[in-house]
Amino acid sequence: MIRVEGIHKSFGKVRAVRGVSFEAPDGKITGLLGPNGAGKSTTLRVLYTVLRPDEGRASVDGADVVTQSLEARRRIGALPHGAGLYPHLTARENIAYYARLCGLDAGSIDERVDSIIGLLEIGDFADRRTKGFSQGQRTKVAIARSLVHDPQNILLDEPSNGLDVMATRSLRDLILKLRDAGRCVLFSSHVMQEVAALCDDICIIANGKVAIDDSADGIREQTGCDDLEDAFVAAIQMVEPA
Amino acid sequence: MMRTLIAVFRKEVLDNVRDRRTLASALIMGPLFGPMLFAFLISLSIERSLDDVERVIELPVIGQAHAPNLLRYLESRNIDIVTGPADRDAALDAVRSGTQDVVLVIPPEFAGQFTTSMPARVEVITDQSNSQADREARRVRAALRAYSQELASIRLTARGVSPLAVRPLNIDEVDMSTPSGRSAILLGMMSYFLIFALLMGGMYLAIDTTAGERERGSLEPLLALPVTRNQLLLGKIAATCVFMALSLSLSLVSFFFALKFMPLDELGMTPNFGPLTVGAAFLVLAPFILLGAAVMTLVASFTKSYREAQTWLSVVLLAPTLPILIVSILMLRPRFEFMFVPSLSQHLLLVDMVKNEPLDPLHVAISVGSTLLFGGLLTWVCARLYQREGLLG
Repeated sequence: MIRVEGIHKSFGKVRAVRGVSFEAPDGKITGLLGPNGAGKSTTLRVLYTVLRPDEGRASVDGADVVTQSLEARRRIGALPHGAGLYPHLTARENIAYYARLCGLDAGSIDERVDSIIGLLEIGDFADRRTKGFSQGQRTKVAIARSLVHDPQNILLDEPSNGLDVMATRSLRDLILKLRDAGRCVLFSSHVMQEVAALCDDICIIANGKVAIDDSADGIREQTGCDDLEDAFVAAIQMVEPA
Repeated sequence: MMRTLIAVFRKEVLDNVRDRRTLASALIMGPLFGPMLFAFLISLSIERSLDDVERVIELPVIGQAHAPNLLRYLESRNIDIVTGPADRDAALDAVRSGTQDVVLVIPPEFAGQFTTSMPARVEVITDQSNSQADREARRVRAALRAYSQELASIRLTARGVSPLAVRPLNIDEVDMSTPSGRSAILLGMMSYFLIFALLMGGMYLAIDTTAGERERGSLEPLLALPVTRNQLLLGKIAATCVFMALSLSLSLVSFFFALKFMPLDELGMTPNFGPLTVGAAFLVLAPFILLGAAVMTLVASFTKSYREAQTWLSVVLLAPTLPILIVSILMLRPRFEFMFVPSLSQHLLLVDMVKNEPLDPLHVAISVGSTLLFGGLLTWVCARLYQREGLLG
């Protein structure tokens, strides 16, 4: 369960986020949808605590991301945009490293890493060094790594970027599996169709503000557009520029 | 805390052991570069010092018939007389073009001037900008001067004057340097090579802590994990320290063997560098490891990319030479206040060790204490900087 209340974040003169609020409940998939530079990544970065909001607050399962950031991180599995692996380590070693950092018992690490490798279906290349992996393989390993401590909340920043059809499909299956297991999944994208196909709730962000926060049908209704892409464009135009 | 530290540490070691570049700089570059350059310099200076006394040089002489006694004297001083160019002009050309280093010209009037006790002129033709020629010319001049002095004494005695009358001063030099002491001058360089190797060993790990992880895109997911940044940073600095310690130990060992097989006694040097000194040298240099790791991590944290970090860190590699250089040029003796300066204090202690002089325990304590303090301080600064939002670039 993620709650964001009126967060602001500026970088110098650039006001990246200007009062974003939304909720991402457990057992649902919430999509952060917006054009490039809308403030999606900044919002997610505040949530996984690498950025501090200038104003407003956000919490993960009730743990404040600023004052209880370690506790918040314990409840989050995050896939930052363009997350990189350690090329000299195998996929398995990459995942096991995160397992150790997250404080898993030495005895249970192997078992946990095996099960996450099974979940993401990456057994074929788990014992190869990650140097030279395809984008799809890298993303899968990076997701596996971020899920290794079995977090309740999963934040994915544009996970489908650079993935082919098969990889996108298996990513979608994974996200659905996580939702059905009662997890809170929050992911960002700039592709309307992808978000519409997957998300229970869609939060459209433009120019650092929330334009609409509703279900796909609700968005169609509010914007008066039947076509989702038109609805997306209409929603973006509701927000004045920063 | 400890578990995270160990996890970071283990991963860094594994990751870097598999990285050929890191491994090469830690295990090969640092430990071998120093001793090899060192061996080269030593063998060069051995060759030079032998030049001065023992090596026979060949001296082309023009007008050999005019001064047979002088030539016999020169031969007794390890200077072989050979047939030179045809005349003085040919000699000038030969020296200018470098085919001859030194040519001695004895003019035809030599014999006449000599028998009438007039100053008899001889010419030493050489190119002083050529250091090899200059060295030979020095030997020739010294021999000529000695011959001249000997003749002067004989002439004075023949005239009933004691030769002592023209020696108002009798200058005796008492050289207090010991064979170990003489080694110190040359071996003083060793401390820098050791510090260089030490820093080299951890360079790539230090870059990896910030710029490297950032460039790979692995920093952000790492920071999103439920560990504190202090734990990550300390784990990384610890791994950097271990690589530096490894590189330092290997360098000490390779120096140990290099010195063992170099003919240093020919230079009148007997450096005190047995296994015990090697161990003590490690202990004296060890505090510098933390400082080196912290400085390199700190400098790398300000850079935008791996490349940029590499450039700046090669400057850091040179920084420890500065105090060593200044003190060596000014020939300063170890002093209490020098012990507060990292790299300098290690250098001075090491030189004393090699000279086989007893170390002042106070000096050792200050060196170790202050270097560790600086290291700790900089590590703290690194940790502060690791908390910045700007870390992600």
